[in-house]
Amino acid sequence: MLRFLNDVYSVFWVDLRNLRHHWRSTLATSLVQPLLYLMAFGYGLGGGISLEGVSYLAFVIPGIVSLTAFSTSFNGAASKLQVDRFFYKSFDELLMSPVSIYSIIIGKALIGVLRGFISSSAILLVGVALSPKLIISLWLVLVLLASCFVFALFGVLVALVINSHQGMSTFSNVVLLPMTFLSGTFFSLNQIPDVAKALLYALPLTHSSSTLRALALNAPFPWLSFFILIGFAAAFFTGCVLALKRASV
Amino acid sequence: MEAFIETEKLTKCYGPVKAVQDLNMQVRKGEIFGFLGPNGAGKTTTIRIMTTLTKPSSGCVRINGFDVVKEADKVKKVIGVVQQHLSLDRDLTVRENLEFRARIHHLSAAERKKRISELLEYVELADCADRMIHTLSGGMQKRAAIACSLLHQPQVLFLDEPTVGLDAQGRRRLWDLVRRLNMDGTTIFLTTHYIEEAEALCHRVGIIHHGRLIALDTPLALREKLGLVAVEANLNNKETHYKYFPDRASATRYVQSLPATAGTVIIRDSNLEDVFVELTGEKVGGA
Repeated sequence: MLRFLNDVYSVFWVDLRNLRHHWRSTLATSLVQPLLYLMAFGYGLGGGISLEGVSYLAFVIPGIVSLTAFSTSFNGAASKLQVDRFFYKSFDELLMSPVSIYSIIIGKALIGVLRGFISSSAILLVGVALSPKLIISLWLVLVLLASCFVFALFGVLVALVINSHQGMSTFSNVVLLPMTFLSGTFFSLNQIPDVAKALLYALPLTHSSSTLRALALNAPFPWLSFFILIGFAAAFFTGCVLALKRASV
Repeated sequence: MEAFIETEKLTKCYGPVKAVQDLNMQVRKGEIFGFLGPNGAGKTTTIRIMTTLTKPSSGCVRINGFDVVKEADKVKKVIGVVQQHLSLDRDLTVRENLEFRARIHHLSAAERKKRISELLEYVELADCADRMIHTLSGGMQKRAAIACSLLHQPQVLFLDEPTVGLDAQGRRRLWDLVRRLNMDGTTIFLTTHYIEEAEALCHRVGIIHHGRLIALDTPLALREKLGLVAVEANLNNKETHYKYFPDRASATRYVQSLPATAGTVIIRDSNLEDVFVELTGEKVGGA
């Protein structure tokens, strides 16, 4: 177990060093998009509107926090891994080392978790300052961390399975972009037809948004969404294991 | 001499394409072994199988007696690899790259400090330890990659096209480093496009063509089989013809027998390139 944790840290360490060299630009790029969403949807479109008994601003902030966790964790893990695989080729060094594939997967996900957690926490703090109705609790922080982990594992899986920058770009436009806007981040899923709702509940971001929104607005906690989120983590991790076993000896 | 690397009917297929076919060869402990072949001949595929990065379709490879598929963990402890594409993190310093490699090979903090310091001296990069990789010259980057591959004291070092892109000075400096490593007991397995590199460094060479091993011996023995002396004759001022002879006397007799109208005729020692071209019909590195 100690060897496993040590290996996870070793894999994470190199990405941490990278982040240390580029932390200003990394943080700035992760915050621009959510702050723009906050301005455009929270103030621009949503000014004066109420949804599910709260102001639209209070409604949309947990969604934007969740969205930030999603995009930053996913991209933080996936983009670095893609660079390591295709540009630096340094990922091969990990595969040729005695580090287990389980440590590699967790270690590679952790940089996404860290980046996602820092960015989404920053947006959460800005959100609470703008809308004092929102509640930050330890449970919310834990669910936010779990969401970051799920999305980072998703990023690792996609970066392992897709073998070109072009493929990554296509995936981003066909899967990630619709997920960003349709997963209950900017509107309530109660307003949409059942067929579309069933489809959207098959996306991890939907469950992250609903759990975080429930916690931030002190609503009943959607345990089912939480367990589905954990199920996604298990599925993504298994996918990563299979992808790595297929790729190497 | 005992075999350190051994392949047995090694085959790798990518769909209908056989990248490596029934490869049987042995690399001896302590030697510098050169693996020559044109692009797409199967060199890199063979190295990837030997270094646990690719599964063979059939056959096996044993390194130090360990099967690369069934005992990959044991193989990983005895191999060091310098890939053609360097595989360094170019946004980190030389020292950080070394630190990372030392960590993933389970060196303790004290061992890491000692080995990194030793290796920086060994590859003559101590003054550049805290420079970012992307600020170094090609030769320095190669030496940094070699240092990274040596941290866990591997018994065999795989070098895939180690001097591609280096100037003459950088190449010679790297050759010295490879010789020094070999003198210190490391078995070297290298692929190269440069014939003079194989001749300068390798104790034995294997030539692979269309995935098959077509020759394996010392450079001198391969030349002897072809003929140690080559005659280049441009007989019709269009195409140069090559003929090979066991010695200068027989080569000279042949030249004297040529018609007086023959164009430029050169008598020289044969080289590995002659061997390669005669065996494969291609220039080394040609597609």
